[in-house]
Amino acid sequence: MATTFAKAAESTPAVDHAARIAHVSKSFVTPAGQQLVLDDITLDVAPGEFVTLLGASGCGKSTLLNLVAGLDRPSAGSIETPGGRPALMFQEHALFPWLTAGKNIELALRLRGVPKQERRGEAERLLGLVRLEGSYGKRVHELSGGMRQRVALARALAQDSRLLLMDEPFAALDAITRDVLHDELTRIWHETGLSVLFVTHNVREAVRLAQRVVLLSSRPGRVAREWRVDIPQPRRIEDSAVAELSVEITEELRGEIRRHGQH
Amino acid sequence: MASTETTRKDTSPKGTSPGDASPEDVSPHGDMAGLEAGLDALDTVQTGRTPLRRTLVQKVLPPVVAIALVLVVWQLLVWAKVTDDYKLPSPGAVWAEVSDAWAQGTLLGYIWTSVSRGLLGFLLALVIGTPLGLLVARVKFVRAAIGPILSGLQSLPSVAWVPPAVIWLGLNDSMMYAVILLGAVPSIANGLVSGVDQVPPLFLRAGRTLGATGLRGTWHIVMPAALPGYLAGLKQGWAFSWRSLMAAEIIASSPDLGVGLGQLLENGRTVGSMPMVFLAIFLILIVGIAIDLLIFSPLERRVLRGRGLLVKS
Repeated sequence: MATTFAKAAESTPAVDHAARIAHVSKSFVTPAGQQLVLDDITLDVAPGEFVTLLGASGCGKSTLLNLVAGLDRPSAGSIETPGGRPALMFQEHALFPWLTAGKNIELALRLRGVPKQERRGEAERLLGLVRLEGSYGKRVHELSGGMRQRVALARALAQDSRLLLMDEPFAALDAITRDVLHDELTRIWHETGLSVLFVTHNVREAVRLAQRVVLLSSRPGRVAREWRVDIPQPRRIEDSAVAELSVEITEELRGEIRRHGQH
Repeated sequence: MASTETTRKDTSPKGTSPGDASPEDVSPHGDMAGLEAGLDALDTVQTGRTPLRRTLVQKVLPPVVAIALVLVVWQLLVWAKVTDDYKLPSPGAVWAEVSDAWAQGTLLGYIWTSVSRGLLGFLLALVIGTPLGLLVARVKFVRAAIGPILSGLQSLPSVAWVPPAVIWLGLNDSMMYAVILLGAVPSIANGLVSGVDQVPPLFLRAGRTLGATGLRGTWHIVMPAALPGYLAGLKQGWAFSWRSLMAAEIIASSPDLGVGLGQLLENGRTVGSMPMVFLAIFLILIVGIAIDLLIFSPLERRVLRGRGLLVKS
């Protein structure tokens, strides 16, 4: 029932998971009655692991991410994130338009309790990490879609959480920009050693990025199948190995969707 | 198209030499950073300021022409003798009234009496209306209890408050302030409420994941996000302050109160001086416009421009 954000004490040895989702169910009350959205989901994300959650619309993948982020409570089951409050990135950049790019990051630092005199330098460092040095004073509307998502990523990293949740963060970008951001994300993931739980409906994206792809069935969402992706990084979205696995997963996903047309 | 891309790649050193490239940098395709720099350069919105000459032609010239046209029509009507002189004074007669008042040194006094009352009343309304609006916006019980009354009060003409205010407080400045507050507080509070209501839920969710909850959420997320609506409320609050004040000054005149613009108008009517009435009406109008142009519009433009909400044509 509980969502715990216990920060792991420095002295204790590393925990064996960055997120532990155990038998989580979620139902919503709708005019049509109780609707079960997630049914008995069990899923671990190991420290430093990159997992993508894949599913058709209505599979509750965003709902699951909200539960892990602590924005909502599960109806049953438990979620543990030992690394503290997870960072969350949305499909929309969700940057605050009244602040500059740099100040958006500084707000995250401030809310985390970073002392004032350290914030500026840390914000500049994070902007450098997403290759946006020199954009500190830019207003949100002065940035392109890809740059906004990179600032949003920097702001999420500013939370200094060991777990980064991403809710289709690149879905609204054009293909070339998305490609570039896949590269950036893989690079940053390697550099920071973060655990990432990445939600998408794009099979190729899932295979391009992840070490493990988890397919959710729809209505209610259940873990349908998992794939380990052993293709060595760095990968390209057009690599034949990526394409091959994508074809297999897409077949499975289509099967899941077809089942819903039959009744 | 392709050649543009190449040139950009070559001329942007920033993308190709990231200072923090670690040994484990996994980007194998060295041109990916260059590609990124190119995308950034292509997509970035360029903003600049309009040159002064264009501002003059586009913003200043049209109202000047409109005013000149009104003056011409007015003078033509006077020449055509559409009505008696005492009903429609000529622009010249009104101007003579202005220079008389200026020569006697009373003109600025009239204006200051009203403007100081209006601004002080408005500031009081601001101090009361802001927490009230926040309370209504954020506390469900308070909203259910007084929300409808507050928005209903906005449509109540503030003149209606003058008689009870005179009876409760007498013919003095506090009566004026009471009328101003009753007119302006609901506007300011309602502006803030609608500003808060229009805060995109995404900002609240983003704020919560960053740890901005409770009062910190209100201060760091809700208030700045609601600022445009709040400013619109302030603007309307000023208009209501000014209108309420004029109503109060016209109805409740007393020698102790000093002559503000409302009293000037009423005096003009009593002595049957139409130029004085016109003068008072113009001054009331000009002050209202001036405060808006000098204080609220620049403030609003600044906020909207900072957020990229001001579309330049």
